[in-house]
Amino acid sequence: MINSLFEFWPVLWPALAAIGVILAVVPFLGLYMTFVERKIAAYVQDRVGPNRVGPFGLFQAIADGIKIFLKEQLIPDHVFTALYFLAPAFSLITAMFALVVMPFGPVATDYKDGFRFVVAPGIDIGILMMLAISSLSAYGIIIGGWASNNKYSIYGAIRSCAQFISYEIPLGLSILGVIAITGSLNIEKIVEAQSGSLLDWNVFWQPVAMLVFFTAALAETNRLPFDLPECEQELVGGFHTEYSGIKFVLYFLAEYTHIVTVSFLTALLFLGGWHFPGLPGPSGASTPILLLGLGVLLAKVALVVLVIILLRWSLPRFRFDQLMGLAWKGLIPLGLINLVGVAIVLSLGLPKHLLVATVILPVLAAYYSAAKFNASMATTEARRQGLSPQGAVSYE
Amino acid sequence: MSDPQKNDLQKNEAQMNKPSAKKSVKWGEAPKMSILDALYLPAIASGLATAVRHAVSGKATTRQYPEVEPEIPPNYRGVHRLNRDEAGRVKCVACYMCQTACPANCIEIIAAPAPKDDPHWKDRDKFPATFTIDELRCIYCGMCEEACPVDAIELTSIYDLTGMTREEMIFDKEKLLSVFDETVKSGHDPVRTNRGNLGPAAELSPTAKDAPPPPGRGKSG
Repeated sequence: MINSLFEFWPVLWPALAAIGVILAVVPFLGLYMTFVERKIAAYVQDRVGPNRVGPFGLFQAIADGIKIFLKEQLIPDHVFTALYFLAPAFSLITAMFALVVMPFGPVATDYKDGFRFVVAPGIDIGILMMLAISSLSAYGIIIGGWASNNKYSIYGAIRSCAQFISYEIPLGLSILGVIAITGSLNIEKIVEAQSGSLLDWNVFWQPVAMLVFFTAALAETNRLPFDLPECEQELVGGFHTEYSGIKFVLYFLAEYTHIVTVSFLTALLFLGGWHFPGLPGPSGASTPILLLGLGVLLAKVALVVLVIILLRWSLPRFRFDQLMGLAWKGLIPLGLINLVGVAIVLSLGLPKHLLVATVILPVLAAYYSAAKFNASMATTEARRQGLSPQGAVSYE
Repeated sequence: MSDPQKNDLQKNEAQMNKPSAKKSVKWGEAPKMSILDALYLPAIASGLATAVRHAVSGKATTRQYPEVEPEIPPNYRGVHRLNRDEAGRVKCVACYMCQTACPANCIEIIAAPAPKDDPHWKDRDKFPATFTIDELRCIYCGMCEEACPVDAIELTSIYDLTGMTREEMIFDKEKLLSVFDETVKSGHDPVRTNRGNLGPAAELSPTAKDAPPPPGRGKSG
């Protein structure tokens, strides 16, 4: 046992180091994303935001952390205790576990021994595993809602369940196009395929897929405008109504870890990852080049995070039927048509440039499905009078 | 399902959906959307643009209160003060007008005859031996200063009145006079449009009528 441990040590320590980096950085990142979010929220609303603790309020996140960890461990009488404790932990574990295959810096496809910016490099089903694990986090919410033994919590959990199931489909569909173009589920290889000029980035080949992916992924993070499971106005706090203190922090961290994951995935799959025109790839690169690549990737991730945060403060929350309608009537047809377009180009062996043409098809489909979606949502006079085909629906 | 039941159901539905049944209801029609609007993307983009525009405008409306104090209008009704005349005596003639006018019953005056032997007080009949205002009970309506015939009581623009006990919020004559000294010294005199419109009680106290207005202001501030 000990011997084999020593034997594997050269393989083991980079993974352990990467795990250490993730475990150290992600909670800190989550903590500071709350600060960034509060600041941006304040700026958007013409306020100043937290500015009391430390210079520019920079220590506010730490103060928040200390405060919430010192809070009383409140356990309501009516909860199912074991599940009640398990749920937030499960939520965070799954959110963190998804990061195992995610490169957070430049990783060469021909990886060597030594430290590299991923826990498990060269996993051939990387993206699949990531999706599988991160969608497990629905369990954290559902168990939490159930264990709270509270009608608002269970409502939140049920909504979350429906939302996760619905949005998994467009999420997968949109990634399929990228995977088909690359011919690999390996995240490093998908990024490698985007090296070279700016135009090699998948966002230019698969803009519709990126749109679908980003929307669906946003829904997976349970954030506004998709935060139906925890909407305060209807459900008090949704699934985390009964949670406070450290247990609430775990849910919170899980949500922010999800945002980090989603941002990384968007940057890696569609925005060229650590590639930037003029910057050599990570294969056999020196340390400064690697660090530069890390900076490029982190900058792209920061950009996506910024958009996610800004979206929260510019869009209102969906109604639940709108939420379901968006997934089933909007995103899934779009994803399917995009996938078919990619499949046609690839299976007929047409040149890659024709992939651009496949964009036109989804855009037309988008127009069509948007019009249909809109029509199905509108309360028209005919519908009210019971004259239209869907007229059985009465809104009184 | 038996037939009569089904018929009933259909009839009910038909009745519910009959246009005549909804005559009294005024329906708003959702605005027609163009096909571009139906994509929702332009709306999202414009929403984002609005958010970004506000975020980068740098025009925060927040006040950094303890560091940057707000500009209080000079006719603000804050903590009371008891004015002094030019001789430094309390200007109040203990006429009880403010106490009578006060809707919150927060003023309590005990009058005393002015010490006749003292040359300092020889032009006055009465003066307030005690003059207390319960600042917690006061509703800051300003009726006391309107009632005052000699412009002795005035509300200042001091707004951040705090205290640790209820007792220390009951201001006595000395405290009220010190508020006057403070506000005169700091140049934050209140501005009152009715100042100088003195009542008949001013006749009893020639100093109140003839004296120049309190330092730093004229009839109307």
